[in-house]
Amino acid sequence: MYPHSRHLDDQPILDVQHLDVRYNGHFALENITFHLHAGERVAVVGPNGAGKSTLFKVVAGVLQPTGGEVAIYGSGPSGHVCIAYVPQRSQVDWSFPVSVADVVMMGRIAKLGLLGWPKKSDWEHVRRALRTVNMEDLAKRQISQLSGGQQQRMFIARALAQEAELMLMDEPLTGLDAPSQDNILSLLDELQRQKVTVMVATHDLEQAAQYFDRIMLLNRQLIGFGGPDEVLQPEKLLRAYGGRLHKTASGESLALDDSCCSGGEEHVHH
Amino acid sequence: MSIINWLLEPLSYAFMQRGLIAAVLVGVVCAVVGAYVVLRGMAFFGDALAHTILPGVALGYLVGGGARDSLFWWALGTAVIAALGIGAISKQAQVKEDTAIGVIFAGMFALGIALISTVRSYAVDLSHFLFGDVLGVSPQSLWLILIFGGIVLLVILAFYKEFLALSFDPILAATLRLPVGLLNNLLLALIAVTIAVSLQTVGVALMVAMLVTPAATASLLTRRLPSMMMIAAALAAGSGVIGLYVSYYLGIASGAAIVLTTTLFFLLAFLFAPHAGLLWKRRRS
Repeated sequence: MYPHSRHLDDQPILDVQHLDVRYNGHFALENITFHLHAGERVAVVGPNGAGKSTLFKVVAGVLQPTGGEVAIYGSGPSGHVCIAYVPQRSQVDWSFPVSVADVVMMGRIAKLGLLGWPKKSDWEHVRRALRTVNMEDLAKRQISQLSGGQQQRMFIARALAQEAELMLMDEPLTGLDAPSQDNILSLLDELQRQKVTVMVATHDLEQAAQYFDRIMLLNRQLIGFGGPDEVLQPEKLLRAYGGRLHKTASGESLALDDSCCSGGEEHVHH
Repeated sequence: MSIINWLLEPLSYAFMQRGLIAAVLVGVVCAVVGAYVVLRGMAFFGDALAHTILPGVALGYLVGGGARDSLFWWALGTAVIAALGIGAISKQAQVKEDTAIGVIFAGMFALGIALISTVRSYAVDLSHFLFGDVLGVSPQSLWLILIFGGIVLLVILAFYKEFLALSFDPILAATLRLPVGLLNNLLLALIAVTIAVSLQTVGVALMVAMLVTPAATASLLTRRLPSMMMIAAALAAGSGVIGLYVSYYLGIASGAAIVLTTTLFFLLAFLFAPHAGLLWKRRRS
């Protein structure tokens, strides 16, 4: 019932070719081409509505693209259970009657198969995943009683229990305080040690530059993809953010605030 | 009269015994399925689906010349078709989902009443379809309730982890390559079978209470899905028994008595439940 496509090791873990996604005739994503190798860590940045979540959903095989191809180790995503989508915290019903361990166990479902119930080894997976994110003592807690950082780490544990090789994290740092953000960022190091490929959507360009090997700059089209120095160039940022980009007082570094313009108006600071 | 006599007297009637068994079985099945109805916000869908089966039941009633025992099959067929039909229509984007459901549900309900009203002296039978007639459950109906209710519970148990993941996080279900469309339709079909099973006990108009109220009460008392289902089932079964005794001694319509008992339990939990209850929150703040 649940497919498991073979992984061709000579293929990149993720290969996206000429990807188009259109909603009602408008491009949400247009002609996106890039590939990732196993163990890479990429920050996906761009303004609200740039198509970050859409890209993740297409890569996860949850949303069908209008055109182009997505391949995971050489074959389409719908045959793979090694891709984890870590949702935005605001998208989750936190009053749902489940404990932390219940949620993490959900990651094992594909491995359990049809009519299968968790075995001892599955609970061991769950325990190990919770230990990795430092939440072993919270296994029995109802999810509404978690802090924001704990909520985020629980979903990373679920992705670990899923034995995901590609994790797509939708704004995992948004709304977290600095210590919680540091926790998540150090978890990313741990994931890299485990050879997990990670794509993280984020608003924070400074964090993207500091903690990620490569940055993907997105605004419907792929505007830049490479090291921070290569991508965070003024003209590229202007193409991505338009007038919402403004220079800091020093004029040296670029500051961006794309969350300021919820009404769609553009703030230009000179 | 001693308490024992008070409790035993109604049991001397075979129709009371059957009614009690039916009320308990239906309560348990409705409560377990109802946990998903509550968690997924499908109360309106459940209410609409129950009303939508009326024309099917009415047709069976006309075709069978008023015979009751075949009505279950008419209800079952109509409920499954209507559930999958509503599921398909609500995926179309031209009209909002609840609007589409509202239009269909009212139209079908009216059609059912129109059909039944072609029979002279239809009022009694119509009221049985609307509000239930648990004391009129035949031994044959009881078997059907037991078999189909059992099937519903077995399917819920077999697909427990799939339904859980699908209800909590549909995107996770899709990335785990669960057959999301199939599972969604299966859940709709289970609700449909539950409604057919419950038709004679509570009737179409009160059905939503059996689906929603015990599960909602349980959600105030526990924070895990398995215990929510078990508490809901116990509350619903208890309400069935209490409701029938109330109905027997006070001469109240049985379906209404059962539903009122579940409502009373809900109000008690709403006020006094630890952590979630209104008074608890008051005291805390």
